[in-house]
Amino acid sequence: MTTAIPDEKGVEAVVAQEPVTATAKRALSSPWASLAAIVIAVLWTIPTFGLLVTSFRPESAITTSGWWTAAWNGGWTLDNYDQVLNGSDTNLGTYFINSMVITIPSVLIPISIAVMAAYAFAWMKFPGRDFLFVAIFALQIVPIQVTMIPLLTLYNKAGVTGPDSFGGGFYTIWLSHSIFALPLAIYLLHNFMSQIPGELIESARVDGAAHVQIFTRIMLPLMAPAIAAFGIFQFLWVWNDLLVALVFGGGSLEVSPLTVRLAELSGTRGNDWFLLSAGAFVSLIVPLIVFLSLQRYFVRGLLAGSVKG
Amino acid sequence: MSTGEKFIQMLIAIAVFFAVVAVILLVTQRLRSRRGELIQSAAFVLPAIALICLGLLYPAVKTIWQSFHDRTGQAMVGLDNYQTIFTDSTQLLVLRNTAAWVILVPIMSTFIGLVYAVLVDRSRFEKFAKALVFLPMAISLVGASIIWKFVYDYRDSSNTQIGIANAIIKGLGFDTYKFILNDPWNTVFLIIVMIWVQAGFAMTILSASIKAIPEDIIEAARLDGVGGMKMFRYITVPSIRPSLIVVLTTISITTLKAFDIVRTMTGGNFDTSVLAYQFYREYFNSYDQGLATAIASLIFLLVMPIVIYNVRQMRKLEAR
Repeated sequence: MTTAIPDEKGVEAVVAQEPVTATAKRALSSPWASLAAIVIAVLWTIPTFGLLVTSFRPESAITTSGWWTAAWNGGWTLDNYDQVLNGSDTNLGTYFINSMVITIPSVLIPISIAVMAAYAFAWMKFPGRDFLFVAIFALQIVPIQVTMIPLLTLYNKAGVTGPDSFGGGFYTIWLSHSIFALPLAIYLLHNFMSQIPGELIESARVDGAAHVQIFTRIMLPLMAPAIAAFGIFQFLWVWNDLLVALVFGGGSLEVSPLTVRLAELSGTRGNDWFLLSAGAFVSLIVPLIVFLSLQRYFVRGLLAGSVKG
Repeated sequence: MSTGEKFIQMLIAIAVFFAVVAVILLVTQRLRSRRGELIQSAAFVLPAIALICLGLLYPAVKTIWQSFHDRTGQAMVGLDNYQTIFTDSTQLLVLRNTAAWVILVPIMSTFIGLVYAVLVDRSRFEKFAKALVFLPMAISLVGASIIWKFVYDYRDSSNTQIGIANAIIKGLGFDTYKFILNDPWNTVFLIIVMIWVQAGFAMTILSASIKAIPEDIIEAARLDGVGGMKMFRYITVPSIRPSLIVVLTTISITTLKAFDIVRTMTGGNFDTSVLAYQFYREYFNSYDQGLATAIASLIFLLVMPIVIYNVRQMRKLEAR
């Protein structure tokens, strides 16, 4: 949802101007204000940092001393990572693969469908266009819990659940993630697309270009940043999802992603912190890399309203 | 399935999908007549519409219909399931917890996000400072739960503590506390995890809208001698009111639907369950389809007004 909130360029332009608001800043940047900011920053960082430190400590050290004593207590090791990735009882390597296999199609498929639909809603004329667009937009309010039981029944009838089925049971997860992403994706991409000047499309049409050419040659390149913004969102959403994988994976570990396995470990081996800490970071590393390297797009997507309703 | 097979399955799925899309585009490309254009638009829109009808519209209607039926979905029971939600003692506890989540998480994350956004605004380390608070947004709720379970780790006072929360409590000379077990405060400690995750979202949106406050307003206030807390209270907050409402409502919606934290940290035990988790529990553990669908419908009903309000606020923001 494009809003009055300026895009990043706007923000940077404002920042670049010498701040007229210096007074406001000065008033709030008293030592107490700085202290408050530091306290919040520390509170927000310490929990993750503690677990990160723990993941590199030997098991015996973890259980006998706090992680804050790690610098002089117990030494360091990579064994925890070796064990969670390759150990036979955890074997997170497999689940890491599952997460990848689930996430990639669940990002590509809905984006493709949504880009096409968004193009049609923005630039093609057909009866019922506005009604259909509003209807799709309105369906954003359906919480995924509401759809789950009937959808699961449907999948079971179609015989696509379970490890023995066609595609090993991944299709239900791919399809569900794709469907749940559509309303928001169509809405956002439509917003971006309708901002592209109409003359561009018109002149291309006059030159004899068909919709398909306009779509592939003009629209897709212009839409790349918007597609990237939504793609990152969908990527993080699918990678971090627990509910969809749990329900539509049919409880089969064959197709479970990292989140499902980690949640299970947290239940069954809740005190084995050498496993849990390393396991958590195995699952965190991909979203963190995506997030840190593509933060610009992420923030842009967030400001445009990429929040799953 | 081996790793290789999984990736092959994935590639097949993607290839088949893109082949279908390519065929649609190629076939409809040649149609230039009036009718042809109609077929073209159908080819562009129908895949999305078909999927949405199959996966959202039909299931939503079916769920609401089933919520008036018994646990196996056979006999019509009227409003019995809803009556259970509002009278049964277990379910009442779930409602109490859900209320606590939906009130505390949006207010606290928005408050902390706002204060932090103002504090670091235009400071030298702004980008870095924001990234620190924003980082939890990239982490799964399962990951966040594990991170915080470690913070809350409990050991008897006589032992060496490995959870930092209890280490601090012990350091101050008190007895260690079972954060996750002791009802009713354990719900609050789970809520803190969600606040920790959501504050970054609030901060990002609010920070952008603080930067969008027109310079002349602030300048005028400054000339009138307004500064510090007064500036915050009378200029900043009113200027970003629409964004504040969007942030509050968006976080409420997310919170109502989140079940990962409760499931990972307590499994819904020790009186911590919330509606979104209870839905899962009633269906997959108690096999009570009627009650599960009723809970899902209730979530739907609760979310609906917030979403509508949220969308109207966003429209207003857009119109400005």
